[in-house]
Amino acid sequence: MSPFLAVVRRDLLIARRQGGGSLLAVAFFVVVAALFPFAVGADPISLRQVAPGVIWVSALLATLLSLDRLFQADFEDGSLDVLALSPQPLFFTVLAKVLAHWLVVGLPLVIASPLVGVLLNLPVEAFPVLVAATLIGTPALSLVGAIGAALTAGIRRGGVLVPLLVLPLYIPTLIFGVAATADPAHAAEPLMLLGAVSLVSLVLAPLASAAALRLALE
Amino acid sequence: MSGWHRFANPTRFSRLSARILPWALALTIVLFAAGLYLALVGSPPDARQKDTVRIMYIHVPAAWMALSTYVLMAIFSGMGFIWKHPLADIAAKNCAPVGAGFTLLALITGALWGAPMWGTWWEWGDARLTSFLILFFLYLGYIALWQVFEDPEKAARAAAILALVGLINIPVIHFSVQWWNTLHQPASVFRRGGPTIDPAMLWPLFIMLAAFEAYFVSVLLLRIRAEVAEWRVRALQMMQAEA
Repeated sequence: MSPFLAVVRRDLLIARRQGGGSLLAVAFFVVVAALFPFAVGADPISLRQVAPGVIWVSALLATLLSLDRLFQADFEDGSLDVLALSPQPLFFTVLAKVLAHWLVVGLPLVIASPLVGVLLNLPVEAFPVLVAATLIGTPALSLVGAIGAALTAGIRRGGVLVPLLVLPLYIPTLIFGVAATADPAHAAEPLMLLGAVSLVSLVLAPLASAAALRLALE
Repeated sequence: MSGWHRFANPTRFSRLSARILPWALALTIVLFAAGLYLALVGSPPDARQKDTVRIMYIHVPAAWMALSTYVLMAIFSGMGFIWKHPLADIAAKNCAPVGAGFTLLALITGALWGAPMWGTWWEWGDARLTSFLILFFLYLGYIALWQVFEDPEKAARAAAILALVGLINIPVIHFSVQWWNTLHQPASVFRRGGPTIDPAMLWPLFIMLAAFEAYFVSVLLLRIRAEVAEWRVRALQMMQAEA
């Protein structure tokens, strides 16, 4: 097995055996989204208007909440040192860990998003676009989030800092994701831009995260 | 780039900055006096915006400085990250609070200008104002990251990574916000085919811009000198403790 797949497999195993990883993020996602009708009011029309934004902000926060699992535990028990010593470049190790994180947190959010759409009275024709947009956009959330997680990996209680570092960088993903979901008839352009954000993050985020991790491991 | 390394020597920096600083301070005072007089008294009110246009003489230079300070901070961060020059790290660190101040000033003056023009203090439909709010958050994150590390060398490198990531993100964020919604008047100073602002207003604007630049140089030099001095004091104390 290639070292890349080995890291993915290891992280998936840990997530499964520790339990609660996927379930926790999805539960948070649904609960936050379900708070909004109480805050905004039960009027179906106003709910329909805010639904795309609520879904995306909830997905953003659910991802944010799970970021401390990305490197912190491996840093504390020393397995990150071992991973960094392997002949595989740290870039690919980070990419593998982010892929595992997306499979554990991002993909369940994609699957759960139609459910939240139903709760918030999202129009039926928007559902395929919502799934497509979350599928394209959530990898960017995991990738950019990895930068914040890596920068704070070596700091005690660094997790408090992550939202301040990461949320401003999430804004393009939020804008394009909401734009696609809110206007399914003209979703092609925002979806392509969302894809561009994810692709650029795919190249740059592991680079920055690997540099930050090397710093934490010194 | 190797020519730059001459300035990385703290002793040479102290000597050079001591010579520049009085001139920069004098220039700041003279330019602000001239610029403020021209902007508030000497220039004509706008035909449409009346005296509200005078906010622009503060707002535009502050916004310009907010952005260029971030770029400069990222350049210093890159130099510190690549060549491990402590002086570049200190320069980047001390750019941040000044730049955050400029951003806040641009936001406040933008809101003050928006109140009579748009009828609201804050207009989310305005792409530039919104981008600057995000720029302010980026500055805050950078400053906070410096605070949480105990080892200044590690802090410098972590902050440098964040600054460079932010530098790549600023155009992306600005584009996305602009794409999202635009309500502001199009940029009119550096438009192709020459500026469309009347020269009577353009001159005070440029003098104010120069005043902001001079102020920035003075404050940055002062801050770096203070931090270098702090280092020396600490090093001397350590030597005394060891002796």
